[in-house]
Amino acid sequence: MLNFTPKELQERKSGGMINPAKTCQPIGAMYAALGIHRCLPHSHGSQGCCSYHRMHLTRHFRDPVMASTSSFTEGASVFGGGANLKTSIKNVFAIYDPDIMAIHTTCLTETIGDDIPAYLGTAEIPEGKIVIHCNTPSYVGSHITGFSNMTKGMVTYLSEASTETKKEQVNLIPGFVNPGDMREIKRLVKVMGINFIMFPDTSGVVDSPMTGKFEMYPKGGTTIGELKDTGNSRLTLALGSFASTDASLALERKCKVPAKIMKTPIGVKATDEFLMALRNGFVKEIPYELEEERGQLVDIMTDTHYHFHGKKVAVFGDPDIVIGLTEFVLSLGMIPVHVLTGTPGNAFEKELRAMLLEAGIKGNVKASGDLFEFHQWIKNETVDLIIGNTYGKYIARAEDIPLVRVGFPILDRSVHSYMPIVGYKGAMRLIEMISGALLDKQDRDAADEDFELVM
Amino acid sequence: MEMDAGLWALEERKDSITVKGKHKKQLKCDTDSVAGCVSQRACVYCGARVVLNPITDAVHLVHGPIGCASYTWDIRGSLSSGSELYRNSFSTDLQEEDVIFGGEKKLARAINDLVEKCNPKLVFVYSTCIVGVIGDDLEAVCKAAAKKHDIEVIPVQSSGFIGNKAAGYRAACDALTRLIAPQKSVKMFRNRSINYLGDFNLAGEAWIIKNYIKQMGIDINVTFTGDSNYEALKKAPQASLNIIQCAGSMSYLAQKMQEQYEIPYIRVSFLGIEDTSESLRRIAEAFNDKEITRRTEKLIKNEIEKVRPTIEGYREKLSGSKAAVYVGGGFKAISLIKQFREIGIEVVMIGTQTGRQDEYDTINTLVDDGTVVLDDANPTELERFMVQKGANLLVGGVKERPLAYKLGVAFVDHNHDRKHPLSGFTGAVNFAREVYSTVCSPVWKFVQQGRQSL
Repeated sequence: MLNFTPKELQERKSGGMINPAKTCQPIGAMYAALGIHRCLPHSHGSQGCCSYHRMHLTRHFRDPVMASTSSFTEGASVFGGGANLKTSIKNVFAIYDPDIMAIHTTCLTETIGDDIPAYLGTAEIPEGKIVIHCNTPSYVGSHITGFSNMTKGMVTYLSEASTETKKEQVNLIPGFVNPGDMREIKRLVKVMGINFIMFPDTSGVVDSPMTGKFEMYPKGGTTIGELKDTGNSRLTLALGSFASTDASLALERKCKVPAKIMKTPIGVKATDEFLMALRNGFVKEIPYELEEERGQLVDIMTDTHYHFHGKKVAVFGDPDIVIGLTEFVLSLGMIPVHVLTGTPGNAFEKELRAMLLEAGIKGNVKASGDLFEFHQWIKNETVDLIIGNTYGKYIARAEDIPLVRVGFPILDRSVHSYMPIVGYKGAMRLIEMISGALLDKQDRDAADEDFELVM
Repeated sequence: MEMDAGLWALEERKDSITVKGKHKKQLKCDTDSVAGCVSQRACVYCGARVVLNPITDAVHLVHGPIGCASYTWDIRGSLSSGSELYRNSFSTDLQEEDVIFGGEKKLARAINDLVEKCNPKLVFVYSTCIVGVIGDDLEAVCKAAAKKHDIEVIPVQSSGFIGNKAAGYRAACDALTRLIAPQKSVKMFRNRSINYLGDFNLAGEAWIIKNYIKQMGIDINVTFTGDSNYEALKKAPQASLNIIQCAGSMSYLAQKMQEQYEIPYIRVSFLGIEDTSESLRRIAEAFNDKEITRRTEKLIKNEIEKVRPTIEGYREKLSGSKAAVYVGGGFKAISLIKQFREIGIEVVMIGTQTGRQDEYDTINTLVDDGTVVLDDANPTELERFMVQKGANLLVGGVKERPLAYKLGVAFVDHNHDRKHPLSGFTGAVNFAREVYSTVCSPVWKFVQQGRQSL
């Protein structure tokens, strides 16, 4: 399938994408909005956008994904989408009865210049119901930008500083991660004995249990009360600079909640830093339970380090996740020679170059890249392992390289969204997946005389 | 408690839902969706892309921001016996400055790049929402690129907002009409072959049908568009008959081909034993040839003998089950009613995204009294009627699957995510097996136990 990909790297003149490593803003905004309790995300644009986003999220999470659309027609795009949006607001509350409706825009409505706040000013919103919005032009950034924008929208519309002194609680912005990761982050903070508000929080929404009943609004999600209360917290930890910075800074400006921007806690170092930030912010001791977990992780790393050492790896995906994964594989003694994200951002390249420089590794690093180029890199310098989302399977097959599936979207395997990659437990899972992939290949390729029982 | 179907629904939706035997009114369909609904429908680009995507050796270049190309990357499930080029995702990835200053130059550069890399004979350039708004002249860019590279570069006018998925089908058919038009210098000879319209070779379905037709003594000239390629499509005007399966997407093209090349067309459906047999007979009739008729009857007899015992076995196990159907087009819905009867299952709810009036009329004559018929349904409606009608099984697409599961209802994908061919006699067995394996799976016991014990 990828046999047209040449090894020679030529200058690409078009700026177009071949086999992208990103998608558009609105889907990120939709995913973030699903992390509010009893919220219906609303896509202001053509029907297809909403349908595609729901389909893509459904394939990744294997759970129903509900969102409404303004169902644009030719008329709406000539005369503006105000009428469609107002009708939508009326219908959404009449039929689906959410507590809150979170509107995001699309490339179409951005280009025709729809002014959402102006429309909201004259829309009939039922008493006690809330409508928030964010702008998500698809021709800027990526799905990560969209997630960031909707999360910031939650702060802009809802956060309030209503108490005189800040509460002993921390805001956690998890970034674009799976509900399994969100649960793990919350567990760590619970074990630390610190009160928290996580937003957005899609756990309990897109990993909801089977009850034999369809719940339009499952139990999970950050409540509106909690979102308001984020303005009273003593500290915000923004996990993943690309997905979480904007919301945390908006909260700092609006409600004077200090923001600390950190890496997504993937691997020992980033998880240590996360727990230290909590410890220092709230003068708490790290409980033995977590020390034990850390110790177990380090024990596993030492038990298995010889499997990893010197193995070359190529990592692609969303920037915050890729940064965390790269730092972690370096700590295992692996050599990340190709690192790429589709999301634009110089900060990504800067941070990773510094990481590789420190490790003494000469590697390819790129933001705004695509998987065509990533494949070309691999053709020029092969690797022992690829870490990335499902789209990596084409390259993995073409080059016969094992693929460890991490990130979004994963369309060809299940259960992944329930299991964390963050925290010490998540790191253990990553080690299990990485060593499993490497050793399965070794077993598969071994000659009879080299085929080993104990590895 | 039997609720009146329209009672609870939104006023605007009432005319799109009927109950057989209760309502005399005609179902409202082929309309725009209500703003603010959780519609299961897609857009014009989606319609155009699903029709054209199975053309294997074309570059399918999406002109717009990245999303439209990302979401349609290799999701169709249509198989190829040759080139795999169509399974890649190509986008101009429009950025803010392109939206302000226009995307024509970027598009021209992207075509240059891709022609150089992939060396295609055919490029489709899909217009997306904002291309329609910023006013890029797709036609001019494609024309210039075609001339420059001496290949065909065909624009597909598929801006998302100009209609629903059905409008996209028309846009795709327009592109196909352009593609197959012979140059004046080329002489076309009519031969005794047929074009098979409206099979996208999901899970290899078109190959099954091609094999039947061959056994009848007729050749398939080209399939629109499953496993088709540039060379094969170019020969489309040579056929002496067009058979159409997915009428929703392909009627328009069949009409055009009748006007332009005087190729007559007949409707067929290869879903279920009854419709497959009938369709094969009608094809034979169209050729009015004793040998073909003899071969056709032999084929039908042999195939039915082969599959009947298996189907009977499943029928015994499934008898009395109730199915709900929510699919894209009308033809599939119609065939499924009959196919479910073959395996002893009653259809209690049925709807489509883009079915037409005549198709809904047929549906209404086929279903039993009390069956809910609905157009452009939303998940709330699907849930309501599945529960109310006691459905054990839902047939639908990717977005409906988890909805059914959450209700503890079995599910069969009759869309892009199908894993086995569901066409022809072979497909009828696969379908029965798939229905059986989901309806009779032990997992549902845990759902019920959970309900009781908690």
